[in-house]
Amino acid sequence: MGMTMTQKILAAHAGLENVTAGQLIKARLDMVLGNDITTPVAVNEFKKAGFTEVFDKDKVAIVLDHFVPNKDIKAAEQSKTCREFACAHCISHFYDVGKMGIEHALLPEQGIVTAGDCVIGADSHTCTYGALGAFSTGVGSTDMAAGMATGECWFKVPSAIRFELKGKLPGGCSGKDVILTIIGMIGVDGALYKSMEFTGDGVASLSMDDRFTICNMAIEAGAKNGIFPVDDTAVDYIASVNSRLSGNKTGDYAVYEADTDAEYEKTIDIDLSAIVPTVACPHLPSNTRPASELKDIRIDQVVIGSCTNGRISDMKAAYDILNGKQVADGVRCIIIPATMKVLRECVERGWYTAFIDAGAVVSTPTCGPCLGGYLGILAAGERCVATTNRNFVGRMGHVDSEVYLASPAIAAASAITGYITAP
Amino acid sequence: MQNIQGKVFKYPDNVDTDVIIPARYLNTPDANELALHCMEDIDRDFVKNVQKGDVIVAGWNFGCGSSREHAPLVIKTCGTGCVIAKSFARIFYRNAINIGLPILECEQAADEISASDTVEVNFDTGVITDVTTGKTYQAQPFPEFIQDIITSGGLMASLWKQKK
Repeated sequence: MGMTMTQKILAAHAGLENVTAGQLIKARLDMVLGNDITTPVAVNEFKKAGFTEVFDKDKVAIVLDHFVPNKDIKAAEQSKTCREFACAHCISHFYDVGKMGIEHALLPEQGIVTAGDCVIGADSHTCTYGALGAFSTGVGSTDMAAGMATGECWFKVPSAIRFELKGKLPGGCSGKDVILTIIGMIGVDGALYKSMEFTGDGVASLSMDDRFTICNMAIEAGAKNGIFPVDDTAVDYIASVNSRLSGNKTGDYAVYEADTDAEYEKTIDIDLSAIVPTVACPHLPSNTRPASELKDIRIDQVVIGSCTNGRISDMKAAYDILNGKQVADGVRCIIIPATMKVLRECVERGWYTAFIDAGAVVSTPTCGPCLGGYLGILAAGERCVATTNRNFVGRMGHVDSEVYLASPAIAAASAITGYITAP
Repeated sequence: MQNIQGKVFKYPDNVDTDVIIPARYLNTPDANELALHCMEDIDRDFVKNVQKGDVIVAGWNFGCGSSREHAPLVIKTCGTGCVIAKSFARIFYRNAINIGLPILECEQAADEISASDTVEVNFDTGVITDVTTGKTYQAQPFPEFIQDIITSGGLMASLWKQKK
């Protein structure tokens, strides 16, 4: 029996000819990732178990992104723990304030992860790199510690759901509308333990940023990973990153393709041309509605950023709508470019100024408000339209506040009107 | 593994890691400090009322959302003896095993056991007994590979044992 794309990558990293769904394997890791919240717990486990060396200093990435620049003394202590560990173990891919970005925007941009890789990260949105044709999945801090110590991780080989994409997205829609629509269809555990494999003629019409957004939220359907085939768009992206960063490892990417007789639990057809601007209402990412049905919902805040939607095309979508306009009275509009490179491009292209002129604020990269950390916390009864990934109870602040998940275009349009607005 | 007996705290489907331990408290890795806020955004009284050996019973997809290991860690640190759910989100499942929080999947038990019932769990057999009603339920046993991790005392301990 044939293998899915995910199964092929896992088999190759386990040194096996063949794997089947449900099989327990140990796979070799190309990258082990942690952030300023999960790494301190991993460092503690690593030391407590008696390990003194990481398996490969070039295959561990530690990114300070959740609470930096540090929001308080305790957060500063956590960053310090990460910094000292990275220094002691000469970790090549350590990203501190000034160099950092939100991990899942930063790693692809820096060419630290690439097609064919097997990646674990102590952050649930590690599944983002499936857009590059990598197997990547979120784990906990102890798995990170074990990965750093041994260069391996145990996995149960997942079965898969195939999403057959056709057609082309209409104007005003993006990858965010696609993934919210899919989560609305299958539910927050619709792909539990499984791979979401995206195929079909429609893939070619999606930009890399669309694909990053789609794979990023695979976890919101409970999936182990999301993955796209490595087509010309992906190869061009990898090449552009590679040419910019001489001597980087992305030179040796590997392309895996699903076998023609691969087994899928089911195939779901998605007509991209039928996608509409979509919003996930409180308090689950699966609680989706067309944005056009929510125009009476008054909002207090807009957040544009995060590992889901803080990339350059997201900033462009926000700029295209906010340029020359004004954020509505009574609305705070917070824009957070995901990496220093994205921030710099916003400055160079004049978008930063346009955002300020529109009455928005722009922050340096941070996960900040997405997880209710800082920089945009909601009071009781307040509502936010956010381009982030979760709208659980209390996610962005008070338990009686509300988060509506949407694309950057919807978020920007809503900032101007003060109500949820389709672009 | 030793049997446990305790009182049931019952929760719905899709209990997420943000309500188990809100991110606003994640500025420390200290388990005891974090545990003061366990389940705070879904049940303010949980920490006040939970006793050693008590059991959380919930619906589908328990522990969905973030990969934060702090979530199973605070549940364990509060003294909770076991979580029984219809299903677990996959990262939470891994994390619970890796840190030694016993979890069991059992749809019928999750449906029928009521809040405040007294429940006994036999981890060797996977039998859950609702002492209050007298009914018993059979949970799925762990695969052998996972049992090895648990009996070794967690993932890191099992790796260290292999290394030696």
